[in-house]
Amino acid sequence: MGTASGTRSRWGLRTLGLGYLALLLLAPLVMIFYKTFENGLAPPLEAITSADGLHALQLSLLMVAIAVPLNTIFGVGCALLLVRHKWKGNSVIDAVINLPFAISPVVIGLSLFLLYGTKGWLGPTLSEAGIEILFSVPGMVIASVFVSLPFVVRETVPVLQEIGTEQEQAASTLGANAWQTFWRVTLPAIRWGVAYGVVLTTARVLGEFGAVSIVSGSRSGETETLPLFVQKQFDNFNTAGAYGASVLLAVLALTTLLAMNVLKRKEDA
Amino acid sequence: MEAHSATASATRAGIRLPWVGAGLGRGTVVLYLSLIVLLPLAALVSQSFEGGLSTFWTQVTSPQAVRSLELTVVASLIVVAINAVFGTVIAWILVRDDFPGKAAVNAVIDLPFALPTIVASLTLLALYGHESPVGIDIGLTRTAVVVALLFVTLPFVVRAVQPLLIEMDREMEEAAASLGASGFTVFRRIIFPNLLPGLAAGVALAFARALGEFGSVLIFAGGLPDTQVSSVFIRTQIESGNDTGAAAVSVVLLVASLLLLAVIGLIQRWGNRHERSAAAGLTVMPMSGEDFTEKGGEDGDR
Amino acid sequence: MRNARKVTRRRSVNAAILAALFALAAVIAGCGSSSGSGSSGGGKLDVVGYSTPESVYQEDLEPAFEKTSAGSGVSFSNSFGASGDQSRAVVAGQPASVVHFSQAGDMERLVEEGELVAKDWEKQPHGGIATDSVVVLVVRKGNPQGIQTFDDLQSKDVGIVTPNPFSSGSARWNIMAVYGTAINEGKSSAQALEAVKTVLEKTKAQPGSARDALAAFTQGEGDVLLSYENEAIKAENEGEDIEYIVPPSTILIETPIAVTKDAPEPAAEAFLKFIWSDEGQEIWAENGYRPVNPKLVDTKQFPTPKELFKISQFGGWGKVNEEFFDDEAGSVAKIEGELGVSTSG
Repeated sequence: MGTASGTRSRWGLRTLGLGYLALLLLAPLVMIFYKTFENGLAPPLEAITSADGLHALQLSLLMVAIAVPLNTIFGVGCALLLVRHKWKGNSVIDAVINLPFAISPVVIGLSLFLLYGTKGWLGPTLSEAGIEILFSVPGMVIASVFVSLPFVVRETVPVLQEIGTEQEQAASTLGANAWQTFWRVTLPAIRWGVAYGVVLTTARVLGEFGAVSIVSGSRSGETETLPLFVQKQFDNFNTAGAYGASVLLAVLALTTLLAMNVLKRKEDA
Repeated sequence: MEAHSATASATRAGIRLPWVGAGLGRGTVVLYLSLIVLLPLAALVSQSFEGGLSTFWTQVTSPQAVRSLELTVVASLIVVAINAVFGTVIAWILVRDDFPGKAAVNAVIDLPFALPTIVASLTLLALYGHESPVGIDIGLTRTAVVVALLFVTLPFVVRAVQPLLIEMDREMEEAAASLGASGFTVFRRIIFPNLLPGLAAGVALAFARALGEFGSVLIFAGGLPDTQVSSVFIRTQIESGNDTGAAAVSVVLLVASLLLLAVIGLIQRWGNRHERSAAAGLTVMPMSGEDFTEKGGEDGDR
Repeated sequence: MRNARKVTRRRSVNAAILAALFALAAVIAGCGSSSGSGSSGGGKLDVVGYSTPESVYQEDLEPAFEKTSAGSGVSFSNSFGASGDQSRAVVAGQPASVVHFSQAGDMERLVEEGELVAKDWEKQPHGGIATDSVVVLVVRKGNPQGIQTFDDLQSKDVGIVTPNPFSSGSARWNIMAVYGTAINEGKSSAQALEAVKTVLEKTKAQPGSARDALAAFTQGEGDVLLSYENEAIKAENEGEDIEYIVPPSTILIETPIAVTKDAPEPAAEAFLKFIWSDEGQEIWAENGYRPVNPKLVDTKQFPTPKELFKISQFGGWGKVNEEFFDDEAGSVAKIEGELGVSTSG
């Protein structure tokens, strides 16, 4: 398109699109870093390395360490099931898997709160067995698993469909059993799709706020993840602490973006 | 036995777990989903009707519940309309245009997916709140609700439209242009109808997300009666011990979510260009990990 | 074949990365659990409190207590929020060893509904009250509207910010301050309720907790905030653009504290004793809370209103909560209902 009006409209669109992005995405991102280090390195560093801050970081990482492997194993297994084995119920399973995408995290938190609460269906029984779900780590894990459920499945399914079944067929005619076929043939072929899903899951779990907030009671030093820590600090006028933790989360988010980007290319390559 | 079953069902061969294995796998999946997703939701629905239909209705129609639902729906509609336009524009410039830093821009689009919502809220407040360095103070207002929702829903439309733009056959556009159609007519008559399925799916998903959004709205817009979206309302009901009221409004949001998911499913089937997923009857979420700026790349080492 | 070697190499790289991540997570998880727990003796105290004193506990009281002999080895977890909400959360199962609410009704809930606190908690020193405060009027710097008393709220055209009385204890104190001032001026109960209604009509926002109300006010909501004196002092110390007025007639805010029946002893009782000690009360005073020991109250920092009344004048919180704040039959609930405000948060 070499016409003058073409160039004008090209620049017009560019300004519109990039301007919008600058106002909405870029400015807040820059702001986090600016506000955090406004008064130097010390205030945010102090807040992050406080006992509660470190514990919040550790708790967030713990959520990732538990929820991501669980949803990965489930995700790959479920994807295999959906793509390779036809069954009438597959579309129902598919629909249920999509639910966490569309439900509010507050609704998710409430539903868990009702199920495992003192008046819930499972709460009293578990309490008597000595297992506390709410206001404690197990409940937060369940919430994290719920909200991040779909990602690995969703990313693995298209890849599985795309690679087709010839290699797997070949392997099984050569005498490989199901497990060997999976481990040596299927998994390597889908690994970038799975990896991408894992990165998305990790980002989701790290950033989860609403559902975990309801289920955990946000007890500092016990059930307070990093996002909850941000809110707590903000509520107490500790803006340095709130921004410090936010920067940490923002850095993790940017790392996630980087990983997403790298993996996208690998998946296509 | 493996070889036998593999050759016997040529149309759906591939990794086959032994018959027992498939059943067990299916059972595990169903159990996992039931325990994690379905059982809690069932408890939610059950609680909402604990006082009977009349209590459910009273709770859902209480003045503040209605006020917050109104705000949520209206704000979400405004937001998806705005992001439908801007999302398409951004997708356009990412696919059809070239400028320095395009790859970085493409990566940054996903920021709202990766950034915790509470952090988004905090920085939006710092930027556009009462201590704004640019003099824009919209903190604790309904505008703040809209801005926060714009932030979190931006990627949905962009990522839904991009693949369609990439795959589009340019011949028709070029033919129309050579016949004298203006750029805008080409867009309106040829390009836009092809984008419609992706756009609609992205919009529906963005709408679902906006309806339920919590963290990014919380600090920036606050929980004042006028600026309280439904998710914040539900939260305050929980804190006040009004479990039934919270559950009732949650069920309303849940039904909306389910309807939107159904709509997305229909859209996918209607405008589906990806035969493989259509054949499987599975939905394709507009977030698949395809690289949208470059086409091509070699086949992997297989 | 080249491919197979490449695949194997890549797979081992992936496996190594995965293993490293898991190891990192495990190390962090391990590190944390050893540093965070209360080791020998001591114990773990779960402090559950109303919204405003969080920083006092977290930054001053708990570290100071940990330095004493009774407090060595004790570790804390903190959860603070609107008094009513916190009280309900504890009844719903939230772990608590020491509970500090903003009005006695929220303490009574733990006695009656949860049987978590001893019935005779009021027999503790100072009647079970940890600190005092008063209801003050917080305005923009310079007091542009010239607000000095609760009566000014009625007569002037102002936007008021006060929390929701059905989630926040602070809000109930605010309302009783308005009501009590009218009564002590000689007005009838009906007239006093009218005064409350006028105030609520002018209320632009009713956030969930005292802290939320302060945040809303400092971010530009309304012209005057009804709040605790300690909140106003904190906001001033944080450099917010506000000032506060102690009205000549206002109510004494008494915030109750107790240990729960399952709290780890002797740590919990020792902590309470510390809070009532001179050292503890000094810490409260430094943070803007009035000590319960009258000898420790510096009248320069904490001026004595001419007409300071207490909730006991109206029969105590038991009676007041029933009469005014019952969800359905309370007089304030009725007013809020008329104004279209949610009476459950």
